[in-house]
Amino acid sequence: MKKNPLLILFIVMFGLAKSFGQHDHNQQAVDQAAPAAEAHSHDHGDHDHTGHDHTGHDHTGHDHTGHDHSHDQPAMGQAAPEHSATAHAAGGHHEEFKADASAFHHISDLNVYTIGPWNLPLPCILYAPGKGLSMFSSGKFGIDNAHHGTGHKAVDGYVLYKGRVLRVADPSFPQGELEISDIVSKEITTEKGEKKDKEFLIYNGQELPLDKSSTADGGLFGGGITSFYDFSVTRNVAAMLLVTAFLAWIFFGMAKRYKQAPGTAPTGMQKLFEPLILFIQDEVAKPFIGAKYEQFMPLLLSLFFFILGLNLFGQIPFFGGANVTGNLAFTAVLAIIVFFVVNFNGNKHYWEHVFWMPGIPAWIKVLITPIEILGVFIKPLTLALRLFANITAGHIVIIIFVSLIFIFGKAGENPGAAWGASPASVILALFISAIELLVAFIQAYVFTLLTASYIGAATEEHHHAEAEHH
Amino acid sequence: MTGSIVAIGMGLAAIGAGIGVGNIGGKAMEAIARQPEAIGDIRANMILTAALVEGAALIAILMAFLAK
Repeated sequence: MKKNPLLILFIVMFGLAKSFGQHDHNQQAVDQAAPAAEAHSHDHGDHDHTGHDHTGHDHTGHDHTGHDHSHDQPAMGQAAPEHSATAHAAGGHHEEFKADASAFHHISDLNVYTIGPWNLPLPCILYAPGKGLSMFSSGKFGIDNAHHGTGHKAVDGYVLYKGRVLRVADPSFPQGELEISDIVSKEITTEKGEKKDKEFLIYNGQELPLDKSSTADGGLFGGGITSFYDFSVTRNVAAMLLVTAFLAWIFFGMAKRYKQAPGTAPTGMQKLFEPLILFIQDEVAKPFIGAKYEQFMPLLLSLFFFILGLNLFGQIPFFGGANVTGNLAFTAVLAIIVFFVVNFNGNKHYWEHVFWMPGIPAWIKVLITPIEILGVFIKPLTLALRLFANITAGHIVIIIFVSLIFIFGKAGENPGAAWGASPASVILALFISAIELLVAFIQAYVFTLLTASYIGAATEEHHHAEAEHH
Repeated sequence: MTGSIVAIGMGLAAIGAGIGVGNIGGKAMEAIARQPEAIGDIRANMILTAALVEGAALIAILMAFLAK
C-alpha cells in the first residue's frame, strides 16, 4: 500500500526530468547555432570564471549537429575554435541541470573529501608509465570551495575536474604547477561510432584531450587502461580508514573490558554491541553453519560490522557522503574473500555435490554439473551485486529527490517552482533516508546471513548412504 | 525518445523479482499471523529467500549491462 503512490510519483518524476532535459537540449542547439561568429572575438585566456558557479561551461556541448566530431583526439596546435566559441557563447545561458550526471557524480569516488561547501584535499598517488610516480596533495590543484571540486591549476600534467584527477594525454604538456583556463566536457563520437562524454582542457586557447584514470573493467563500464593509474587515497579509501579506526577503537576497548571483568554486566558501548554480536552468533552463525560456527565468527562479525559501519557512514548528510558499499570494486573484494573462505573450507561432500551430484541419474548429472560449477561463482557475484545495487540505488534515489528542486526550478530560471518543490523534496528525501537506515542494517545482515549459509553448505556433513538406498 | 531496449530487459527483471519478493513477503506475513511464536525463524528464512530471488534479478540486470 505504502509503495504505490511513491512508485507512481517516481515514474512521473523521471518522465518530467526526461522531458525537461529534452527541452533544454533543443533550446541549446538553437542558442549555439547563432552567435558563433560573434564569440570568436572572445578572449579565452582572460575569461574569469571564478565567482559564478553555475554559469560554467561544463555541459554546454551536447548537440553538435553540424559540427565535425569524427576526430577522437584533436592534435595539439590544431585547436577547434568553433567548439570553445560555442561553449563560451552559451555561457550566459543557464547551465542545464542533468539529474543523472549529478547523481553519478555524487555516488562516484573522488579525489577530494567534501564536507558541506568545503573541499578537503586528499593525498594523490598517481602513476603514469614512462613518467613514474607522482605524489602530492590534491589541494595543489587549487580547488575553490563550492566549485564542484574543479581545480584551476595543472600539476605535472594532471588536472582536477569535478573531484576526479585527469591527465593531459599530450606528453609535451609542460610539467610543474601552472594556471589553466578551463576544463569542458563534451560529447564526442569515437571511432566505433559510439557517443561518449570526453573532457578537454582549454590551455592557451587550445583544446587538449584529458584521460581518465585506468579501470580494470576491461571497457565494460566505459573504462579501460588509459595513460595513467590512480592509487590515491580517495574519498572512499578515507571513509574506509575512518570506519576501520572507529570500529577498532570500539571493539578493542570492548574486548579489553571482557577480559578484565568477565561475567559482569555490560557497560557503555557493550550494551549496544553485545546484543548485535549475540544476534549474529545465535541467529546467523549457529543455525546456518552448525557445530563449527566458532571458527567463522570473526569473519562474520567483521563483515557485518564493517558493512554496517560503512553503510551508516555513507548515510550521514553533508559529511562527504562516501558511497563505499555502493562501489562495485569494494563489494567485489568482500565477495572474493567470501569465495575463498567458502571454497577452501569446502569438504568432500561439497565438491561431490558440485562435480557429481549423488543420488540422481547419470544423464541429469551431466546437465547439472555445469550449472553447479557456475553456481560456485554466481554465489559471490550476487553477493557483491546485491550490496552494490541496494546501496547505490538508495543514494541515487535520495539525490534524485533533492534534484527535484533543480529540475522544477530549471537550474535557477524559475525560483518559484524551486521553492514550491523544496518541501516535497525534503519530505521525500527524509522518508527515503529513513528507509535507507533500515536497508543499511538489512543489507549488512543479508550479506552475513548468505555468507554463513554458503559456508554452512560447504562444511556440512552429509549422509547420503540413506538417500542412495531409497 | 532515446534509449536502448536494455532498459526494457532491466524493467522485466525487476518485475519478475518484484512478484517473487512480494509473494515471499505476503506468505511470510500469513505464516506469522498463524504462528506468531515462530516469527524469528520465519523472518530469517524470508530474508534469505528474498535475497536469493533478488539475486536472479541482479544477474539479469548485470546481463542487461553486458549486452549493451
